[in-house]
Amino acid sequence: MTTNLIDIQNADVIMITSNMAENHPVGFQWVVRAKERGAKVIHVDPRFTRTSALADIHVPLRSGTNIAFFGGLMAYAMNNDKIHTEYVAHYTNASMLIDDGFGFDDGMFTGYDGDAKRYDRTTWRYQTNPDGSPKRDTTLRHPRTVYQLMKRHYSRYTPEMVERVCGIPKAKFLQVAELFCSTGGPKKTKTGTVVYALNLTQHTNGVQNIRALAMLQLLLGNIGLPGGGVVALRGHANVQGATDLAVLYQDLPGYMAMPLRDVHPDLATYLEKETPKGGYWINKPAFFISLLKAWYGDAATKANDFGYDFIPKREKADAYSQQHIFVDMYEGKIKGFFAIGQNPAVGNPNATLARAALAKLDWLVVKDIFHTETAEFWRAPGVDPKSINTEVFFFPAAPAAEKNGTLTNTMRLIQWHNMAVEPPGDVRSDLHFWYHLGKRIKALYASSTARRDQGIKALVWDYPEEGKHAEPSAAHVLREMNGYVWAPDWKDRVQLKSFGECKADGTTAAGCWIYTGVFPDEKTNRAASRQIDKSGKDYLQHGWGFAWPANRRIMYNRASADLDGKPWIESKALIQWDPDADNGPGAPKGKWVGRDVPDYGPTLAPRAPKNAAGPLKGVGGNDPFIMRPDGVAGLFAPLVDGPLPEHYEPVEAPTRNLLSKQQINPVAKIWQVADGRNEIAEVGSSKYPYVLTTYRLTEHHLSGVMSRQLPWLAEMFKSHFAEISEELAKEKGIRNGDLVEVSTPRGSIKLRAMVTKRLRPFTIDGKTVHQIGIPWHWGYVGIAKGDVTNDLVASVGDPNVYIQESKALLCNVEKAAQQGVA
Amino acid sequence: MAATMTQKVMYTDTTICTGCRACMVACKQWNQLPYEEPEWTGGYGNRSHFSDKAWRFVRFIEVDDPRPSHKGEVQWLMMSDVCKHCQQAGCLEACPTGAIHRTAWGTVDIDQGICNGCRDCVASCPFGVIAFNADTGRVNKCTFCSDRVPAGMPTACAKTCPTSSIRFGDKEPMLEMARARVKELKAQGFERANLYGDSDILGGLNAFYVLADSPSVYGLPERPELPQRNVNLDSALAIASSVVIGLAALVSFRDQGAGRQG
Amino acid sequence: MQISRRGFLKFSGATTAGVAVGSLASLGVDLSPVVAYARDLRIKNAKVVPSVCPYCAVGCGQLVYVEKVDGEDRIINIEGDPDCPHTLGALCPKGSATIQLSINERRPTKCLYRAPGSDRWEEKPLDWMMDQVAERLKKTRDQYFIETEKGITVNRLDAVANLGSACCDNEECYIQSKLLRTLGIVYHEHQARV
Repeated sequence: MTTNLIDIQNADVIMITSNMAENHPVGFQWVVRAKERGAKVIHVDPRFTRTSALADIHVPLRSGTNIAFFGGLMAYAMNNDKIHTEYVAHYTNASMLIDDGFGFDDGMFTGYDGDAKRYDRTTWRYQTNPDGSPKRDTTLRHPRTVYQLMKRHYSRYTPEMVERVCGIPKAKFLQVAELFCSTGGPKKTKTGTVVYALNLTQHTNGVQNIRALAMLQLLLGNIGLPGGGVVALRGHANVQGATDLAVLYQDLPGYMAMPLRDVHPDLATYLEKETPKGGYWINKPAFFISLLKAWYGDAATKANDFGYDFIPKREKADAYSQQHIFVDMYEGKIKGFFAIGQNPAVGNPNATLARAALAKLDWLVVKDIFHTETAEFWRAPGVDPKSINTEVFFFPAAPAAEKNGTLTNTMRLIQWHNMAVEPPGDVRSDLHFWYHLGKRIKALYASSTARRDQGIKALVWDYPEEGKHAEPSAAHVLREMNGYVWAPDWKDRVQLKSFGECKADGTTAAGCWIYTGVFPDEKTNRAASRQIDKSGKDYLQHGWGFAWPANRRIMYNRASADLDGKPWIESKALIQWDPDADNGPGAPKGKWVGRDVPDYGPTLAPRAPKNAAGPLKGVGGNDPFIMRPDGVAGLFAPLVDGPLPEHYEPVEAPTRNLLSKQQINPVAKIWQVADGRNEIAEVGSSKYPYVLTTYRLTEHHLSGVMSRQLPWLAEMFKSHFAEISEELAKEKGIRNGDLVEVSTPRGSIKLRAMVTKRLRPFTIDGKTVHQIGIPWHWGYVGIAKGDVTNDLVASVGDPNVYIQESKALLCNVEKAAQQGVA
Repeated sequence: MAATMTQKVMYTDTTICTGCRACMVACKQWNQLPYEEPEWTGGYGNRSHFSDKAWRFVRFIEVDDPRPSHKGEVQWLMMSDVCKHCQQAGCLEACPTGAIHRTAWGTVDIDQGICNGCRDCVASCPFGVIAFNADTGRVNKCTFCSDRVPAGMPTACAKTCPTSSIRFGDKEPMLEMARARVKELKAQGFERANLYGDSDILGGLNAFYVLADSPSVYGLPERPELPQRNVNLDSALAIASSVVIGLAALVSFRDQGAGRQG
Repeated sequence: MQISRRGFLKFSGATTAGVAVGSLASLGVDLSPVVAYARDLRIKNAKVVPSVCPYCAVGCGQLVYVEKVDGEDRIINIEGDPDCPHTLGALCPKGSATIQLSINERRPTKCLYRAPGSDRWEEKPLDWMMDQVAERLKKTRDQYFIETEKGITVNRLDAVANLGSACCDNEECYIQSKLLRTLGIVYHEHQARV
């Protein structure tokens, strides 16, 4: 998330595309606050939800057509003088000229290789000057500018096309377009924010969905300003932190690539390939070597590439994701498996495949607060335990109130929680589990002389133990993530105050460079800081917790000011250039001041030329996006499936693609799974004629482990249900409360029908398309029990990140025999 | 201390209620109320009436949007229902033991030490709020957090409410806010928006509501009346005797109260 | 505490006389109470510990109230932290139910082992469980480890996968990444992916 929940109150228009009131209810109070101040709220959702109930306008959109809608809005903005011209020309790559070889034809970008099902992206690049810098036309008139390419690309996304594809009546689309785009324009006076969550990600074009939304915000000049930005709402308490700390196949902590065998054979090649020539990432060697130093200490030396080979190298890029795990597990490639705080028997797409895969394991370790469907897969309904040879180890886990540690919330805010009580019985924190497992592993390999075991021996594993259960000190782990000047003993380790102190020579250790500053000295844990400014001066409350990076609360805040460093909108000032600020004797005057920590060189003056050297090499006075090599936001960005978002239908769709002959994302991942475990319904299937979308409810939590076992929450929603429109119910002879069977080519589930006015059929290209909605919290363990919704979902994925398409698929529904209706 | 407190109210603006039901859970949490088997309501609600284990519940109502600007669209009304803490409280009047009493801050509470489980109050509540608890043999309902309020804490439900749809505070400023809100809603096209619980309803409710539509849409009586109002003059004798019972109860309470206060 | 009965008597009398619907106060009825039914604030002696809600990523500040019960610290109440600037003391229903993550009769407190082909769990000591898992992990690693491919050191273990969690603390995520990467594990994921 680029902004901060508190700041939503400053928006003039809020476009929510997630179900924020239901899934992030407490964050939603800032939307209500904004409304009280006169803001308008638009809710874009296939269903009328508890968010829609509080919106000014509900926009029903057929699941899986987000890009058609956002593309329509971008076209509207560009065609109606609603773009913030100066911002777009100078703070984005709209003005860059693109290679003459690049093109787009009937749904396909240049360079598609149909056999390999991938794009050759060679032409998806800037035209360059002799010095290597991109050619630029800040008037945005040159036909090869990104802006003109975009204008042509989205000219097809007319209001009429939006109506045909998305099912949004043209008049409603225009109402929304006019309202949201009122936050842009060359003489911008308002700001708008956009909200998304899994509604955009869980698609075979999930990344492009988000890009399209972000691009709209850039065109309107909404990024970096109070009341602007992109509000990305994450589902778990620590999705942000677990991502920062790289519990993800492709990363190491702090967003550095997990090495690939053929790309990164050694450290020098890794750093050369991974370090751009400009922008703040030029400091990556310092961050990367500090990471290696934190992991391998004295054993990380220049001579051994700082222990680079102790980290494994991936065989290829298209591998190891969560969906790959269960496909590969089913094929027998994986023998041992840890599920620590995750319940894939319910939460994984194609969950029947996940459960069948668990049966192929030699051993399974589950650690959770309650019994989970994953831990109990061997006695799931219809399963004979005798037929399953997997050994299962279940460890009870401690909730936050029973341990020390930090969680990073959706606005990058790191907050410390204290152990209020010791966990009962043999319950332990996950920190205890990993730490003591690591100790045992190190002991088992202590005498090994094999080269391959040397990383384990080198692993720095010296967290002090506390209390009667020898709990490792979470504070020391956080200190290591923050980083310190390397020394073998804790007593000699001096904490780093900022990531600018990281060195590439092995003298500093930092486990996650973006967290540097959270523990700036051994006595100061800023994640535990709970200071409140009651004067009203610090509305972003910098004294509460610590937001990475550098306690910055709104990212890209340099973009809140114009080319001279003055706020674009006086009432929406965030940081601005004070030319008279004194920087001490001998130093030139002038610095960035305001209500947030500048996301910028603090003394880098507006209109300054690009730095030729230093930590901000390549960044000039008007380059607000300092992590980008060119300092500007990327409207044109070469992802694996295209440099501009393009509408494709979901892999399972009720209609042909009305925008091009290319039906689906041409590089979408579709797994081939043995035994017919990933069958896909054909376009416009008569057997599976209805669109199915899956989602969550306020009263339950994800796969239900932390809600279906709690009496008070189980009581709120006990029965599993499917939401069905009155029209479809009538057609199928289904009454409210009837037991129905919903099926897809992957499986079928039985649940109760909730017949409602809040779901309505869409008219798509003149034809009626019905939609069914099913929440996915239920499983076979707990107080509230029901069939597993994810049994219906296919093993298909976005080609950039491999997330599944559980927001838009096809299904059938039939009334079932009315037995056992609770 | 308590005797000098001002009137405390809960003002619920249903038009910013998201139906999240945090109030229901927070109520159960604070008051340590156990699980109760829910019912299938056909919608998001899990119950359609109060019970001894559910002192608050959210009603979900799907209607045609009442605003002319949203003609043909659906609207989803939500209302977190609770004891209204009426100024003319049928339960309090019916209670023969004095267990049901008015607190220093104007709300209605049941002294569990006095209640004898006669259930006269149950029928006398026009909102169906009071429920008999078979485990304790007494009746109970929302206490208006009569343990928290004297300690300066807001009610558990109001405190947890994510959107501040339920607000806890002093009566007069809250009423002012509510009246202003009704005006605002009318201007937005909610022509039937109303304040439910000003002095016209049972002398005023200490838990009052701003509704987007008529009370009956929410399952509320448009003009709630107390059963006692229906009695005719012939029953004057019976009423007189109830006063006697009330006095007797008071004496007995005073003794218990003294013991409890130490 | 002085209990005013005057109000009760007046109120009682007024109602039995059949006051029409309308403001009692306007009729001069004194609404001051007959009693102050003083209930103990059950958290008045509790220790308050700041915490963070473990459900979604809004990260609501919580206050955990702890009291000694039978000589042991026990959580008796969890509610929102009114100081928390982005939440102002609010919690959703899940956050409001947080105490039932700790105080819940369905909660397992022992380690459980399920043998191959078995139809039941067996309770096992924590140390035994940890030893067994360490041994399994080492055995699988030693059997399936890939040291080099195409002449390049890859130090990879494809036979073990980990789904860590977005429910885990940062410190827990960090040390699992640190340990598992060093063991060669590449199937390393959490719920951000799904």
